[in-house]
Amino acid sequence: MAAVSLRNVRKSYTSDLQVIHGVSMDIADGEFIVILGPSGCGKSTLLRMVAGLETITAGEITIGDRVVNNLEPKDRDIAMVFQNYALYPHMSVYDNMSYGLRIRGLSKEDISQRVKKAADILELSKFLDRKPRALSGGQRQRVAMGRAIVREPQVFLFDEPLSNLDAKLRVQMRGELQALHRRLGTTSLFVTHDQVEAMTLAQRMIVMNAGRAEQIGAPLEVYAKPATTFVAGFIGSPPMNLIPRDGKLLGIRPEHLEPCGEAEAMLSVQVDLIEPLGADTLVYGHIGDPGGNGGNGGAGARVAARLHASVDARTGRLPLRYDTGNVHWFDPASGKRIEG
Amino acid sequence: MEKRVVFRSAWLPYALVAPQIAITVVFFFWPAAQAVWYSFQLQDAFGLKTQFVGLQNFAALFKDGNYLDSFRVTAVFSALVAFIGIAISLLLAAMADRVLRGALAYKTLLVWPYAVAPAVAGVLWAFLFAPSIGIVTYVLKGFGVDWNWILDGDQAMLLIVIASVWKQISYNFLFFLAGLQSIPRSLIEAAAIDGAGPTRRFWTVVFPLLSPTTFFLLVVNVVYAFFDTFGVIDATTQGGPAQATQILVYKVYHDGVKAADLGSSSAQSVILMFIVIALTVVQFRFIERKVQY
Ligand SMILES: Nc1ncnc2c1ncn2[C@@H]1O[C@H](COP(=O)(O)OP(=O)(O)OP(=O)(O)O)[C@@H](O)[C@H]1O
Ligand SMILES: [Mg+2]
Repeated sequence: MAAVSLRNVRKSYTSDLQVIHGVSMDIADGEFIVILGPSGCGKSTLLRMVAGLETITAGEITIGDRVVNNLEPKDRDIAMVFQNYALYPHMSVYDNMSYGLRIRGLSKEDISQRVKKAADILELSKFLDRKPRALSGGQRQRVAMGRAIVREPQVFLFDEPLSNLDAKLRVQMRGELQALHRRLGTTSLFVTHDQVEAMTLAQRMIVMNAGRAEQIGAPLEVYAKPATTFVAGFIGSPPMNLIPRDGKLLGIRPEHLEPCGEAEAMLSVQVDLIEPLGADTLVYGHIGDPGGNGGNGGAGARVAARLHASVDARTGRLPLRYDTGNVHWFDPASGKRIEG
Repeated sequence: MEKRVVFRSAWLPYALVAPQIAITVVFFFWPAAQAVWYSFQLQDAFGLKTQFVGLQNFAALFKDGNYLDSFRVTAVFSALVAFIGIAISLLLAAMADRVLRGALAYKTLLVWPYAVAPAVAGVLWAFLFAPSIGIVTYVLKGFGVDWNWILDGDQAMLLIVIASVWKQISYNFLFFLAGLQSIPRSLIEAAAIDGAGPTRRFWTVVFPLLSPTTFFLLVVNVVYAFFDTFGVIDATTQGGPAQATQILVYKVYHDGVKAADLGSSSAQSVILMFIVIALTVVQFRFIERKVQY
């Protein structure tokens, strides 16, 4: 196991197209890091630079105490799980898992022992003789993980490994990944665009936007104190409401809004869409004409609120209040958080 | 969803396929049937009298040293053409696959030989390798090689192999390139992370995944060497010297047209027909189960 650090890492595919604009991060030995961001923001590119599948245009990546910029993937002591699993279709599960070990010249007994152990952990023992095409999506996913863990590498790299699974299996595999990490304690970098995956798996996460790290921190910390309007809007479902107020942006999460009497109203919303989810109900609408106590500005802004299922939600005017302790402020020009 | 045209008229569909069927009957079934018919007959030297002789023509063939020799020549020739053609085009495709940007230019250039008619290809190579005046002959002489395929059977064989391979490489190349490009990049990357170098990656991952393509091309190339190389041979060696390059299909032509032994020639073509049928069956069997691994 090893620590990983990225220092001002940049990537350009062509001279006029930079896709990673200087990302820095120190990852502690054994940490589980999630790289989160929308499609095309450069998550895979960043991961592939750590793997050695893309060259590093500028900056430095170290694994353990070695700078790996110029090392081949095979010399970096990493293992990677691909989104499409990338299993060798012509080899049995056993051969898939042992391929890397054979190349590294381990003894037959050693290989067989390691594969058996990994297969036990991943409940693949029954399938060792099968070809990948005779496995279900979830089983293939496990073989891909097995191929990574038999190598006992310093770092695991995952590029959206769960995105091809159905919703139920994804939840299950998420749990298994957590268990696996507790058991092996290997430093892991996990790329996803799914915020639930990120929130549940990450010890710390790095939220990326257009090739920049917008925020690095523990999931709940990122949730509680988004550093920019991008993070505020990306994390949370529905995302944080951003309402122009006094030349700044007021951020308030849908779950922090509650219905109230006209007299107490801090926002007055013209509800036009209701989504009952069972446990609670989402209502969406525009802020109406200034009115009520706090209705000083932001008319027309779109707002979502998460109401308890007991509230009888209807379209039309809905007065809402919030606790001022739950409010975030952002600078509209830079999008940065304003503390205080 | 299947899209089907339904005809209300009972005869119209038959009328529509009739021309195709007529062409097939006139140009394929009719001559094939004639060949089978002639193969049971013996004609006198002047073509005046014919006599039914049953399987005698076939029996005579398999006792004829020349014919068996032609079998051997064909086997050597098609093995060389298929193997060399496949090996070279695989190499070219693997190299073109690595250069993504120039791929189109490579493809276009490499496809040209396929458009050249076999006889033209034959003439072209015959000129290049012509004894005493050919440019390659001249260069070879510089290296101390005495090149004269008119006299040397092995050299004649080499010449028709080169000309035939050259014409077929583009076809093989396109299939290999398509095959290579359909292998997901992530597989190669996974193998690189697993520690395999380029050579090992090729032989343990890429080549096995290309095996369906390779097998398909093997059959196609053997068929090509058996039949489509007639033009190449006719334009260069004409089966010589001393039948060193007389493959089966050329011998059919030689015996039937030049030696006017219609019975034997027909019997030979019937045998060839069975070989084609066998190869086609192998190929269809294979296409039915597309994936091998
Ligand atoms: N080989 C390449 N050549 C040129 N541009 C590339 C290449 N690979 C990726 N890019 C560009 O780099 C940017 C980042 O791509 P990347 O694959 O890292 O995104 P991502 O965050 O992983 O997206 P997704 O969630 O869709 O997988 C994209 O704009 C993409 O078009
Ligand atoms: Mg990606």
